[in-house]
Amino acid sequence: MLADILISAFLVVSGVFGLTGSFGLIKLPHPMMRLHAPTKATTLGVGGALIASMLFFHFKLDQFSFHELMIALFLFMTAPVTGLFIAKVHLHRNETPDTLPPTSTDRPWASYESDAERAKIEEAREAD
Amino acid sequence: MIDYALLFAFGCFGIALLLNIYRVIKSPGIGDRILALDTMVVNAIALLALYGIHKGTTVYFEASMIFAMTGFISTVSYTRFVLRGDIIE
Repeated sequence: MLADILISAFLVVSGVFGLTGSFGLIKLPHPMMRLHAPTKATTLGVGGALIASMLFFHFKLDQFSFHELMIALFLFMTAPVTGLFIAKVHLHRNETPDTLPPTSTDRPWASYESDAERAKIEEAREAD
Repeated sequence: MIDYALLFAFGCFGIALLLNIYRVIKSPGIGDRILALDTMVVNAIALLALYGIHKGTTVYFEASMIFAMTGFISTVSYTRFVLRGDIIE
């Protein structure tokens, strides 16, 4: 009975998170905000669904499977990487260094810094 | 009770998938389209896990593992292509 309640709670929470993430992709006004919604909320939602499935197979069918943990680990490792790449696409296609907020240092945003500039700064730092 | 919760989760992820398809078709920019495709992959993995619970079998986890890998590779290669004009330099 307790296992039933736990599995059902995980399923409902995961469904709500998944729907929230995809609704945020439609609803939010700015591209960077739209990037925020699916990368966090949907990843949490799929994590909840995988935990529910693991509990279900453990308590209901008496078999333990590591597959869910593998999938969850893979998703949690790759979600930040895809988020970074999509953010870079947005930075390079829709923004220029002038439209972005200041970095509060003398260096530009790392994505716009040319290799020559970066090498010069590294050399100066090593000389110190 | 699990059946009702499962039905609710199926409905939520199904609606989420429909919203993603809407975003792929009608998108303000290329970044949003890539993001919607990536989210579609994640939602499809959740649906596969739920279907495994519904059927009571672990067969579908291999499918979702392959889905996760191809989804990650395709998202990264799409963004690399948009950023650099080439996937493998």
